[in-house]
Amino acid sequence: MNELEKDMLPQAVMITIYVLSRQYHVPAGSTILTALEYAGFKLKKGVGCREGFCGACASLYRLQGDYKLHGGLGCATVVQPEMQIVQLPYTPAPKAIYHLEELEPVPEVFTQLYPELYRCLSCNTCTKICPQDLQVMDYIQAAVRGDLEQAADLSFDCIQCGLCSARCPAEITQFNVALLARRLVGKYLAKKGKYVEDRIKEVEASKFTAGYQELQDLSPEDLKKRYFERELNNLIY
Amino acid sequence: MLPQVVMIQIPYYPGCTLKNKASNFETSALAAARALGLELVELPRWNCCGAVFSLSSDDLMRHIAPTNIFLRVQEMNRDHLVEDEYRLVTFCAMCFNVLRRTNQRLRESLEDRNKINDFSYLETETYQGRVEIVHLLELLRSMGWDKIQERVQKPLTGLKVAPYYGCMLLRPKDVGIDDPERPTILEELLRSLGAEPVDFPLKLRCCGSYQTVPNKDLVADLAYDILSRAQKAGAEAITTSCPLCAFNLDFRQKEIQQKYPMFLPIPVFYFSQLMAIAFGLPQEVFGLAGHYANPKTLLATKGYLQATSPLEGG
Repeated sequence: MNELEKDMLPQAVMITIYVLSRQYHVPAGSTILTALEYAGFKLKKGVGCREGFCGACASLYRLQGDYKLHGGLGCATVVQPEMQIVQLPYTPAPKAIYHLEELEPVPEVFTQLYPELYRCLSCNTCTKICPQDLQVMDYIQAAVRGDLEQAADLSFDCIQCGLCSARCPAEITQFNVALLARRLVGKYLAKKGKYVEDRIKEVEASKFTAGYQELQDLSPEDLKKRYFERELNNLIY
Repeated sequence: MLPQVVMIQIPYYPGCTLKNKASNFETSALAAARALGLELVELPRWNCCGAVFSLSSDDLMRHIAPTNIFLRVQEMNRDHLVEDEYRLVTFCAMCFNVLRRTNQRLRESLEDRNKINDFSYLETETYQGRVEIVHLLELLRSMGWDKIQERVQKPLTGLKVAPYYGCMLLRPKDVGIDDPERPTILEELLRSLGAEPVDFPLKLRCCGSYQTVPNKDLVADLAYDILSRAQKAGAEAITTSCPLCAFNLDFRQKEIQQKYPMFLPIPVFYFSQLMAIAFGLPQEVFGLAGHYANPKTLLATKGYLQATSPLEGG
């Protein structure tokens, strides 16, 4: 390839970002994680599934000309020019120890295990920072008034990144409160699916053993073929 | 035959306690209001009002919670859940007090309003003081006591009830729903239900409020003073509009009985329970299960409850 040909290749547009107050030039369109790696950071903490599910890569950032502090997941947030970034891979948080079997799905559970919950000022700071766009304050307020189902429902997509708790002026651990609410609802209040019990009986009665054996005996090539040919719409859940 | 009523839809803020300890207040009040043509529509989203109005002048953070609630009323209008209805009804005397005082402060101070609106930038609207906080008792008074009387099917004739106001409905004067020294609104309601209001000197005395948590004994003494003075004046029951007053006057009777063995228990009703009974509504909306001092014996003696039907109302 000669110099002229090199010049004709598409060039990555580079932008300037700041990580821990140091300036880096990274390709535009990168996520925070790929930008960090491009800049030479070796990520051991603050990185996980890279698919927006695990909540390990909580990041805080500010944009040029904007006083607001934003929260986002490093794997799902695209860098912008002049962005200031820091990752917050862990938020120290009180975590109540309990045996779910010994608890009851009543409002008093929160009084005992997370009494700081009632310090909530309804300021909505948690909602502002949530990278999942959850109505964090609303689920905390549902817990305050003992509405476990609503607390579980509104917090369902929480990935426990911890940003809400780090920002809360009342120092509540929102994500642990929500986890407790979902556990209680799951164990005691949610409608039990009969299909799950039925499926467990079928598994125990070895209904699927032969099918699994058949798959295990396939060569890797045949297994791949079967995988890509499978009929998604016919899957019965 | 009851006259056909046209339903009016008004936004309604329950508050946390009415979803828990005082659920009998909510059940009975909503049913009684409905019987009068008032469909109180609960805010689709709401948070705790803060329970106590913050007196610190420089701590605006404490006033954000009530402001959120006012914005929900605007949203209900925007989403046509109600039509051009900016009144917000509450039953709980404490929520009422916090909401109305915050609203007053925000109406008076453009600076406070701007600061809170700016802080709450996730909201789709700003608050400019448009919402009107209304206690259910005020709404009843504005309808006219004769309208309440017309709806009564089982007048509470001969029932001697002492109205207990406490603090939050009447004070401070400029947010109170009635004369802070000589209120009559509960008496008027009782009369229109056919009951006999019993005046007694401690109807404005503080019940001890949140002292009930760290200092049960103090609250038992305060409640004893209030209840025994009402009984001396001839009351067979007490009525109130505040879940905390109701709790202190009712549930502290346990401690009172231990301390003062001569004390006879006296039932404490939310005014809405008496309305539901007098309106002849189904027994399950009375909410008689959530009491300490048994209300059923008195009501059965007076013939307001059918002795044959199960008494475990809601």
